[in-house]
Amino acid sequence: MKPRVAVHKFASCDGCQLAFLNAGEALLQLSELVEITHFAEAGPLDPDGQVDVAFVEGSITTSEDAERIKRVRDNSRFLITIGACATAGGLQALRNTADAGDWIASVYASPEYISSLPTSTSIAQHVKVDLELWGCPVNGRQVLAAVRALLFGVPPVVENDKVCMECKRRQTVCVMVAQGVPCMGPVTRTGCGAICPHFGRECYACYGPAETINDVSLGRWFEGLGLAPDAIVRRFRFINNDAPAFRDAAERIAQSQRPGSPGSAGH
Amino acid sequence: MVEQKVVRIQVPVLARVEGEGALDLRVRDGTLEGLALRIFEPPRLFEKFLEGREYREVPDIVARICGICPVAYQMSAVHAIEAAFDVQPGEWVRALRRVLYCGEWIESHALHIHLLAAPDFLGAENVIELAARYPDEVRRGLRLQGLGNRIIRLLGGRSVHPVGVCAGGFFRAPTPSEAAKVLAELRAAVPDAEALVAWTASLELPPSDQSFISVALRHPDEYPMNEGHLVTSDGLEIPVERYGDQFREVQVPHSTALHSLHFPSGTGAEQIGQPYLVGPLARLNLNWDRLPPAVQDGVTRSGLQFPSRNMFHSIVARAVEIHYALLEAVRILEQYRCPESPAVAVTPRAGIGYGCTEAPRGTLWHRYELDDKGDVIGATIVPPTSQNQARIEEDLRLALEAYGLGRPDEELRRFSETVIRNYDPCISCATHFLRLRVHRT
Repeated sequence: MKPRVAVHKFASCDGCQLAFLNAGEALLQLSELVEITHFAEAGPLDPDGQVDVAFVEGSITTSEDAERIKRVRDNSRFLITIGACATAGGLQALRNTADAGDWIASVYASPEYISSLPTSTSIAQHVKVDLELWGCPVNGRQVLAAVRALLFGVPPVVENDKVCMECKRRQTVCVMVAQGVPCMGPVTRTGCGAICPHFGRECYACYGPAETINDVSLGRWFEGLGLAPDAIVRRFRFINNDAPAFRDAAERIAQSQRPGSPGSAGH
Repeated sequence: MVEQKVVRIQVPVLARVEGEGALDLRVRDGTLEGLALRIFEPPRLFEKFLEGREYREVPDIVARICGICPVAYQMSAVHAIEAAFDVQPGEWVRALRRVLYCGEWIESHALHIHLLAAPDFLGAENVIELAARYPDEVRRGLRLQGLGNRIIRLLGGRSVHPVGVCAGGFFRAPTPSEAAKVLAELRAAVPDAEALVAWTASLELPPSDQSFISVALRHPDEYPMNEGHLVTSDGLEIPVERYGDQFREVQVPHSTALHSLHFPSGTGAEQIGQPYLVGPLARLNLNWDRLPPAVQDGVTRSGLQFPSRNMFHSIVARAVEIHYALLEAVRILEQYRCPESPAVAVTPRAGIGYGCTEAPRGTLWHRYELDDKGDVIGATIVPPTSQNQARIEEDLRLALEAYGLGRPDEELRRFSETVIRNYDPCISCATHFLRLRVHRT
């Protein structure tokens, strides 16, 4: 019997599912290797069926979704989050540090019709996750490599190198050194192909935090490049703002700038 | 006394659309009493995230509204920012932005035609089933989709949330050899696009003859993408800055997406708003004369005519726009040369800027208020799907009555899904899909 695979969506832009839908011929091959039982955007519907592998896109932002993810977990042997929303709460986790009620009231004339949690949280904050694929968006190589590894019965390779390593491998000139732009590459996980530096611009950390990051040192570099403290904080509070390493880094930098704190001396 | 029975049928989420929604039908004595397309995609509140962010961050933020049409969000945003700062990026940037948009139209339309819509018209459940019966047609579609993505990668590094666009132009210009390689692939795909137009025109589409207002951009010389005035099929022509005078978003209880309505005599509280259509069929209906002869001839040979009152001709309109986008990208890339700089300098100033461009699924309107440092004070984004939502409900009412409400619930559900899917609704943009409840009394 072919392994059963499901793709579930929570609060998201649908961009990570495109890693499958943009795979072209590989999508048709995949459909021969596995049975895709649930993938609403592609057609198959069986949201509560038992599967071997569940891919989950999107973050948890409603109480219904907080219940639905538990059912997905109960029905799945191996659960893989795809993308920044599922893995770290996504850009929309910016609401976690704001008053989401006020925000909803300012966008919708009748906020009482909108049922939404005040937070956007990662899947791992609700259920056990077996593998996290980072990236905003994840690409076809990442998801197909994960499926291939599981079909071979081996654990998928976890990529947690820094983007800087990828730039060296591509022989891309360092944009921070050469152009003085505030690149997040030194603290960001690889997997994207280091496309931003290749395009002559700074990495904006859409693949989330790499292993053991030195955010203090990078913050000083950014200061040296002339960035104001709030601009440095915004670099960490971006696509993966609720990833613990970035959340803590942003908080540390923001703290150090408050009057009376040691870091504020001389500013 | 007649026994009153309420039949409530729950079907799973509507497949083959982006996002989640449901449809409630209330049928009494065989007539439609109530209809509501409910959208419960959780709100992500993008307009609020933008506040306090620097203009440079905006293209990377708004891209995240939609994974299928990130280019459209980036295009409306940079045009609005450039308008606020009074920046003219020049001819090279203008031309290459059209190429980038061609890539997104080809990718998004090819995905919708083959993976989402065509199974409806050929009696298949999904693209996998369709591929088993129509392998050549599906593979042709996947090739075109891949080619659209290829164009986006040329200018944006990746096809989902591309990284190449900035206010003032691009971060990087393709090398002549990179451009030449893509050009060769595009030229080789022209027969695929021609065959696609003929194939969609040959599909047995459901009958539909409806009167609706079409709204799209219109440009003096070209088929509209990034520039032009907003025009309607009832003769209105306004600059994009005046969108708010004639169109207004209203909130309905059953949806997290705001509904946009057209107010022909102003948006005063006493006025009654009308549904309107944006997207490929509206664009084609309003801009047929802006298509080059090669594209018009392809449609004429297939025996169809535009403007069309058949909403299901949307699938043909998408194929026509793929053909057009392919030829347009070829035309521009044939003259490709490397610029001195891929972007012009941008100096922030306080002000308000408007950007309105043609996303694959329709007109996408942005407004930003920026301060003198270039930080966002306020943002308003009106996506195509919230503009189409009232039109989808109107279409469903007309189409279901013509189809016959006495039919079994399963047939009603399938037909309703086909009607909705035809609009290529992007519910993620507008705020998950189809749970149908039929209440029969």
